[in-house]
Amino acid sequence: MREPLIHSSPMPGLGLSMGITLTMLSLVVLAPIGALVAQGAVMGPEALWAAVSRPRVLAALGLSFRLAFFAATVNLVLGTLLAWVLARYRFAGRRLLDAAVDLPFALPTAVAGIALTALYAPSGPFGAVAAGFGAKIAYTQGGIFLALMFVGLPFVARSVQPVIEEIEREVEEASATLGASRLTTLTRVIWPMLMPAALTGFALALARAVGEYGSVIFIAGNIPMRTEIAPLLIVIELEEFDYKGAAAIGLAMLAISFAMLLAINLVQIWSRRRIGDV
Amino acid sequence: MSELTLVRHPAVTEAPPARRVLIGLAFATLALFVFAPLAVVFAEALAKGAGAALQSLASPDARAAIRLTLTVAAIAVPVNAAFGIAAAWFLTKFDFPGKAFLITLIDLPFSVSPVVAGLCLVLLFGANATLGGWLVASGHPVIFALPGIVLATLFVTFPFVARELIPVMVEQGRAEEEAALTLGAGGWRVFRTVTLPNIRWALLYGVLLANARAMGEFGAVAVVSGKIRGQTATMPITIEMMYNEYLSVSAFSLAACLSALALLTLLVKTLLERLHARRTQG
Repeated sequence: MREPLIHSSPMPGLGLSMGITLTMLSLVVLAPIGALVAQGAVMGPEALWAAVSRPRVLAALGLSFRLAFFAATVNLVLGTLLAWVLARYRFAGRRLLDAAVDLPFALPTAVAGIALTALYAPSGPFGAVAAGFGAKIAYTQGGIFLALMFVGLPFVARSVQPVIEEIEREVEEASATLGASRLTTLTRVIWPMLMPAALTGFALALARAVGEYGSVIFIAGNIPMRTEIAPLLIVIELEEFDYKGAAAIGLAMLAISFAMLLAINLVQIWSRRRIGDV
Repeated sequence: MSELTLVRHPAVTEAPPARRVLIGLAFATLALFVFAPLAVVFAEALAKGAGAALQSLASPDARAAIRLTLTVAAIAVPVNAAFGIAAAWFLTKFDFPGKAFLITLIDLPFSVSPVVAGLCLVLLFGANATLGGWLVASGHPVIFALPGIVLATLFVTFPFVARELIPVMVEQGRAEEEAALTLGAGGWRVFRTVTLPNIRWALLYGVLLANARAMGEFGAVAVVSGKIRGQTATMPITIEMMYNEYLSVSAFSLAACLSALALLTLLVKTLLERLHARRTQG
């Protein structure tokens, strides 16, 4: 006899919950993404490549992915540090710090964008300090980098913190008893346990930074070839009614994002296999 | 209970100076990235006094923006919550193959740029598309109108409620619902009296996050709204327009409203977490 696809269950609401889930998923997510893929299929590979290989598009894609990668890397370090401090130490202001880590999740990106610009523009308090050293932050790639760091800050911290809280102290004690220095214990015992979660956070921060728009456009300066991010270029092409050009950039962003997430997944599988599932 | 102070051997923790440096770094990071941006929003809003800030919020553009944002959230958040509950019920109460794939699809909006999400909607519902052209001809435009803004908001908030509910419902298991069913309760009664009390805090938190994102969404809405002043300009879009017109006090006053909402969201989140911690300890 054939196995039924969904095992019969006394639980009510199968039809209703499945119906709502699949209808909403199709209507809100799959149909629109399908429209983008269909547009790409209609254009064909040659037209897609012609649209993506324009110098201005390549520069924007390169800038978006490069800065997103740098920002996510810095967030990997800072996020792990924040998670460690919040999970392991008890100090005055810890609760405030713990709540503050989530602010970039809750604060609208446009608000973050104008706030960071007000701070880091040459006339702003931090920008003025930088100007004293002859440096310019807002309206340069440095400004974009700062905005991408802001939006990605909570991802690594929030992925890693629960893992640190779960670590058995005996593991560290065993390592110390066997003569390892604290640094050796941290790098050889603790870090491998944190790595899968840290990479999950890194991947989320990277995906978020690559597609980020609201917090970047105010601080970026938006000069073609230099400080113009890929999502902004999509908006510009749409405003010029160049739907094909916009679709090509959108598809390129999706493809590169998924390739990167796949690569990170493979690293995670590799690191889990190496140290065992924790 | 006796108050024992455990002094850890230096080999299993960091030396006090190293601790102090790490804590200092954590504070410095958040001061630079969280506290300073928040402070500057309120400082810029109040740069010409509280009166000017309040007056700018009472302007027709600002009021229309606030009304539109509240309308969008009032539609998108309940729909999202209903979807989240249905999806969590479907995924945790039944066994079927392909569950992981379905969860990946639900999470998909997290890895798609909001601008690309808006682009997708334009390609499906824009006047140039088959479906969109037909809708425009029949007098129901989606793009540059309220339905498009709601759809864009639904897309970017899609996984929020489901993601909060699924782990809680997996942890709860099915035994309580099954017991209630054995005792003769109907489906809706089981949901209302058994499931809902167990998931209400996770549901509230998910709704809160979805609401914060719904009211603050910029990229996806910017693409589909058309930015028609007083009609399709939400609060974040209006902030952008005012900022670009050098109306600093107006832009930052609206931004301060959204910042207050973000702070309220974080406050409720912290309270919910503390409540949960006390429950699991007690």
